Amino acid sequence: MASGDYETHEHDVIVIGAGGAGLRAAIEAAAQGVSVGLVCKSLLGKAHTVMAEGGIAAALGNVWPEDNWQVHFRDTMRGGKMVNNWRMAQLHAQEAPERVLELERWGALFDRTKDGRILQRDFGGHRYARLAHVGDRTGLEMIRTLQYHGIHQGIDVYMECKIERLLRDGDRVVGGFGYWRNTGKFVLFKAKAVVLATGGVGKAWKVTSNSWEYTGDGQSLALWAGADLIDMEFVQFHPTGMVWPPSVRGILVTEGVRGDGGTLRNKSGARFMFNYIPEFFKGETADNEAEADRWYEDKKNNRRTPDLLPRDEVARAINTEVKAGRGSPHGGAFLDICTRRPADYIRKRLPSMYHQFKELADVDITKEPMEVGPTCHYIMGGVRVDADTTAATVKGLFAAGEVAGGMHGSNRLGGNSLSDLLVFGRRAGLYAALYAKDFGGQHTVDSGQVESIARTMLEPFSRSGGENPYAIQADLQDIMQELVGIIRTEAELKEAAKKIEALKQRAAKARAEGGRAYNPSWHTALDLSSLLTVAECCTLAAIERTESRGGHTREDHPYTDDTWGKINVVIRQKQGALQLAREPLPEMPAELRTLFQERT
Amino acid sequence: MPTVAMQVFRGDGGGGEFKSYRVDFDEGMVVLDVIHRLQATQARDLACRWNCKAGKCGSCSAEINGKPRLMCMTRMNLFTPGETISVAPIRTFPLIRDLVTDVSYNYEKAKQIPPLRLKPPETDGTYRMMQEDIDRIQEFHKCIECFLCQDVCHVIRDHEELKKSFAGPRFFIKLAGLDMHPLDTRDRSEFVKGQAGVGLCNITKCCTEVCPEHIHITDNGIIPLKERMADGFDPIVWLLRKFRGQRKA
Ligand SMILES: Cc1cc2nc3c(=O)[nH]c(=O)nc-3n(C[C@H](O)[C@H](O)[C@H](O)COP(=O)(O)OP(=O)(O)OC[C@H]3O[C@@H](n4cnc5c(N)ncnc54)[C@H](O)[C@@H]3O)c2cc1C
Ligand code: SF4
Ligand code: SF4
Ligand code: FES
Repeated sequence: MASGDYETHEHDVIVIGAGGAGLRAAIEAAAQGVSVGLVCKSLLGKAHTVMAEGGIAAALGNVWPEDNWQVHFRDTMRGGKMVNNWRMAQLHAQEAPERVLELERWGALFDRTKDGRILQRDFGGHRYARLAHVGDRTGLEMIRTLQYHGIHQGIDVYMECKIERLLRDGDRVVGGFGYWRNTGKFVLFKAKAVVLATGGVGKAWKVTSNSWEYTGDGQSLALWAGADLIDMEFVQFHPTGMVWPPSVRGILVTEGVRGDGGTLRNKSGARFMFNYIPEFFKGETADNEAEADRWYEDKKNNRRTPDLLPRDEVARAINTEVKAGRGSPHGGAFLDICTRRPADYIRKRLPSMYHQFKELADVDITKEPMEVGPTCHYIMGGVRVDADTTAATVKGLFAAGEVAGGMHGSNRLGGNSLSDLLVFGRRAGLYAALYAKDFGGQHTVDSGQVESIARTMLEPFSRSGGENPYAIQADLQDIMQELVGIIRTEAELKEAAKKIEALKQRAAKARAEGGRAYNPSWHTALDLSSLLTVAECCTLAAIERTESRGGHTREDHPYTDDTWGKINVVIRQKQGALQLAREPLPEMPAELRTLFQERT
Repeated sequence: MPTVAMQVFRGDGGGGEFKSYRVDFDEGMVVLDVIHRLQATQARDLACRWNCKAGKCGSCSAEINGKPRLMCMTRMNLFTPGETISVAPIRTFPLIRDLVTDVSYNYEKAKQIPPLRLKPPETDGTYRMMQEDIDRIQEFHKCIECFLCQDVCHVIRDHEELKKSFAGPRFFIKLAGLDMHPLDTRDRSEFVKGQAGVGLCNITKCCTEVCPEHIHITDNGIIPLKERMADGFDPIVWLLRKFRGQRKA
C-alpha cells in the first residue's frame, strides 16, 4: 500500500483533458511536429463536450448573410456585460467559422440548409441564427470527429489517468504527477509545455448539469502552480434544467428548445419573460407576443423573443416566478413547445430531449410542457490567459476551454463554448508546441517534490475512523447551492466561506476504504482538495465584487456599477494563502468600441 | 422510504461474486442512482463508470438482470416491486473491478479504421452536402460508444480466437458511415473484408436489439456493407452508390 513507485513518460507537450479543447490542442501540437501526450480522467470520447446539445456558434452567414464576426463579437461582449477580454472575444468571433468548416473537412455532418450548406439555429443572445448543429447532439458529433481525427495524428493517449499536481522546475511548469484510475499506480509526465483543458467546476453545486469530472482540477492545478485565476465569481446557472423527478434534477434541457420555438410559461400559462426585459436589452427585444413569434421567421422587421434573453436574465426570471408562488408543481417553470410546433418537427429537431423526458420523466414533450428550473452549468472565470497565445501567468503553462477565464466575461452565450474550445484549443496547441520547440536547456523534475505529493495522495488510506468523502462532497454541494447560488448576499457568502473552511478540516480526515485499484472513495477523497479550492475561490470573489453583473447577482448590491465594469477580480496563491486583487481589464481599442454605438 | 434488494457483482480479474444489499430509493430513480447511493452509504469502494447521467456518453454500460443496458437510463419502476435487481459488469470484456471492464479492445479497433480521405472542394472552395444524402450516416453518428453491441455480439463474446480479425458492430456502422460519406474517397473494401471481418457476422441482430440509441445496426449498416462486399469492388458502382445509394430507404 505504501508504494510511492511511479512510471515516467516524457513528451514535448502534455495536454491535460480530452474534451473539445484538449483534443483540438493535441491535434494542433502534433501538427507542429512535436511529441504530444493527451491525458484524461475518463475514457476517450466521454468528456463533457460529448453532452453539449444545442450547437456551435460561428458567424458562417449561411442562414442570415447579414451575419459576420463583428456582430458575433458584439453579441458576445454584450452577453458578457462588457467585462469579457475583448481580444479573446474578437479572435473567437473571427476564427470560429473556419474552425467549424475544418470539422466538416474532418468528417462532421452538421444539419444542412436547403442548398446543402451548414444549417444554423437561433440561440439566446445571438442576433442571427448562428449555431451550427446536429439535432440536439452537437457535442457528440464534435467530440467523435476530433477523436477519430486525433487518433491518426500520432498522439499518445493516456485514458483514465488523473493529474493531481503540476510540477515546477524553478519558475516554469515542467509536467504533472497523478495516478491511473484502473490500478491506482502513480505516473509522472515530464513535458516542456503543459496545456490545461480540464473543463469546469459544477460538481461543487447540488443541482448541476455537470458530471463527476467537474471538480475544478485545472483551475486548482494552475493556482497551486502559481498561476492567476480571474472572474471566479461568474458562474452560469442555465435557466432550463430538469426539475422532476428528484433524481434527474439538474440534467440539462437545451436552449435549442427555445431556439426552435419553445416558450416559458408560469402556472397560469402566462409568458412571463415579457415582464423581465432589462433596460440594457430593451432595444433589441420584442415586448409583445405577436412580434416575438414573428421574429423566428423575420428577423429584419422584428425584435428577438425575450425567451431568448441571455441565460443570466432568464435564470433570474424563473427564480423570481417560483419565489412569487407562480411556478410549476415541482418548483420550476413550464417550457412549452408542444402547443407551438408540430410533433414531427419536435422529434426531428430535439430527438434527445424527446428521449430524455420520455425515459426519465414519463413526459411526452410533443404533448405536454416540460418543467424546468435553473441548474449550475458553466464557469465563466478560470485561468488567466494571454488572449493570442493562451499562455497562463506561469511559464510553460497554457489553458483553453472552460478552464480558461476571460472570453465570456460575466455570462456566456449558448453555443459560444464549443466554438471557444475549437478556437482556443487550436491556439493552445500551437503556442505550446512553439514554446516547447524554443525551450532551451534542461528541465528537471525534483524527486523530493514528487515523493511528497505521492505520500499525501496515499494518506486517505491510512486514516483510521476518518470521514466519509462522499458525505463531505454532499455537504459542500448543499452549502454552495444554498449560499453561493443565483442570488447572493454578503452575509450568506461569508457564512459559506466559514463553512468551507470547516469542510477543509474535515477533508483532511477523509478516508478511503479498500485498495488502490479503481477505488472511487479514494478518488473522491482526492478530488475534495480541488473542489474545495474552487468553491472557496468562487465564494471569495463573489464577496469581493460588490455589484450585480451577468452570472453574479448580489441582492445587497443589485445594480451594475460602471467602476466594476473595468475590473477583474484576480485570485492567486502566495505562501499557501489565497490573495485577491482588483486589476484593470484590458482596454478595447477605439475601432472596436464603435461597434457598440450602432443601434441596439 | 421504500427499499430495494440488490445483487451487485463485486470482484476483479482474480474472481468475484454477487453481494446482496438493501438500498433506499426514491421516486424516479434509475439504477445508477441506486448504485451511487450504495457507494455513498454502504460500499464506498464500489467501482463503476458514469459521466452524463442522461444516456449521452455511453459510460455506464452494465448487465442488469442479465440484460445489457445503460444504468442511467434504466428506471427503477421498470421492475416489479419486491423484485431483486442484479447488476453485473458487461461480460465480454476483461474485468477491472466490480462494474468496470477493460474496453481497450474497442479503442484498438477504432484506431485501425482507415480515416476519411477528403475529396477536393467545389470550385468556390466549399463543400455542399444535401440533408437526404446524410440522413442515414447521421443515424450512425448517434453512436455513444457504450459498446453494448460489442458486448452481446457472439463473435466477440465467445470466440477469443476471432477477436483479432473482427471489428464488431460498433465499427461496422463506423465503416458504413465512412463508406457512405459524401466527402470521402477512400476504398476500404480490403479492410472491411480482411481486418474488420464483416464476413464473420451472421446477422443475428443481437447488436441492434441492445443499442440504446436505436440505431439499425444490421439493416442499415452491416447488410449494405456485406452487399457491397458481395458485389466485389467495382469503382463505378461504388461511386454511384456513394452519391445515390444511401438515399434508398
Ligand atoms: C449538458 C450540457 C450541454 C451543453 N451544451 C452546449 C452547447 O450546446 N453549446 C456550447 O457551446 N456549450 C455547451 N455546453 C458547454 C460545453 O459543453 C462545455 O463547456 C465544454 O464542452 C467544455 O469543454 P472542455 O474541452 O473545456 O472540457 P471537457 O469536455 O469537460 O473535457 C475536460 C477533460 O479534462 C479531463 N480532466 C479533468 N480534470 C482532469 C485531471 N485532473 N487529470 C486528467 N484529466 C482531467 C476530463 O477527463 C476531460 O477529458 C454544454 C454543457 C453541458 C454540461
Ligand atoms: S448481427 Fe452480426 S455484428 Fe450484430 S451481434 Fe449478430 S453477429 Fe454480431
Ligand atoms: S452502436 Fe449502439 S450499442 Fe453499439 S456502441 Fe453505438 S450506441 Fe452502443
Ligand atoms: S452516464 Fe452517460 S450514458 Fe449513462
